[in-house]
Amino acid sequence: MNAWLVILVACAAAFTLKLSGFFVPATLLERPRIARTADLMTAGLLAALVATQTFTVGPELVVDARLPAVVLAGVLLALRAPFVVVVVAAAAAAAGIRALGWLA
Amino acid sequence: MEDRTPVGPYKDSKARDPRVAAAIRSGVAVGLAVSLYGVSFGALAVAAGLDVWQTCVLSLLMFTGGSQFALIGVLAAGGVPVTAATGWSAIAAATLLGTRNALYALRTAPIVGPGAARRLLAAHWTIDETAAVSTAQPTPEARRAGFWVTGAVIYAGWNTTTLIGALLGDLLGDVRAWGLDAAAAAAFLGLLWPRLRGLQPVAVAIAAAVVAVALAPWTPAGVPVLAAAAVAIVAGLTNALGRRRGTAGEGTPA
Repeated sequence: MNAWLVILVACAAAFTLKLSGFFVPATLLERPRIARTADLMTAGLLAALVATQTFTVGPELVVDARLPAVVLAGVLLALRAPFVVVVVAAAAAAAGIRALGWLA
Repeated sequence: MEDRTPVGPYKDSKARDPRVAAAIRSGVAVGLAVSLYGVSFGALAVAAGLDVWQTCVLSLLMFTGGSQFALIGVLAAGGVPVTAATGWSAIAAATLLGTRNALYALRTAPIVGPGAARRLLAAHWTIDETAAVSTAQPTPEARRAGFWVTGAVIYAGWNTTTLIGALLGDLLGDVRAWGLDAAAAAAFLGLLWPRLRGLQPVAVAIAAAVVAVALAPWTPAGVPVLAAAAVAIVAGLTNALGRRRGTAGEGTPA
């Protein structure tokens, strides 16, 4: 499958969703069941992405420097650190741990 | 009137409204902070096998960071060349993650002002940050200023840093040595964090993470994330662990 096709289809879908909120009646999307499901789906997707980005390399499960970096990110988020600080700190932690040759 | 010093970067009369000025400052601050991690996106997209053009088109046309990271995350897990299963899973993961923008658009649509062209651009710029900054402002003028300033700063910044990251990506070599793989995981955690209020979203998040990791060794790339979304959708439709007339569905932007 051509990467361009993937990109353009996904971009069109993303814009269509954004635009739908401007035209779909608010009463439809604000029904409690729809709104709750959309919120939980977002949380579920993000949690799945955190987990797969932390523990997988391709199809393999791997524990490496990403795990302590993500734990650090969680601690910083609990301390209400700004988003960009959390992201940079996680990258620095993983890079530092790997530079020291741990959890390579 | 004319001798008053403008408090914002704009010299029209609205900028002298302190609430509009505060909205503009807030938009610039959020926009600059978010733009920084476009470098991480650009470098990871190149590492996932995209070229610089493809990476930049994603930021220009998709312009919703979570979906962009999801798309390249699935492509990276699937490897090159992109199989049909991986490609459609990547599209599905990015699209499902983008549905929250439709809910944000319900709140930004009354804010952005009239005109078809302006509303099309406003739809494109309806993302976590523009929704959060604009809806947090106290007056209609401040909400509109907050939306457009945040959107403009992030659109310019995110696309610039994406290009820088994509060009750096070729030079950096191994993105793991720079911790950029951990940065992507931390970015997803940062997007997730404000949503973890109450038992229901926490339980769904844990279940989704467990399902995704458990399926990863056995299914094509992207399927674990989609299966996790399915778990969340079932929980949402059945309101498992939710309050009967709960507050879980209010969905205020993070």
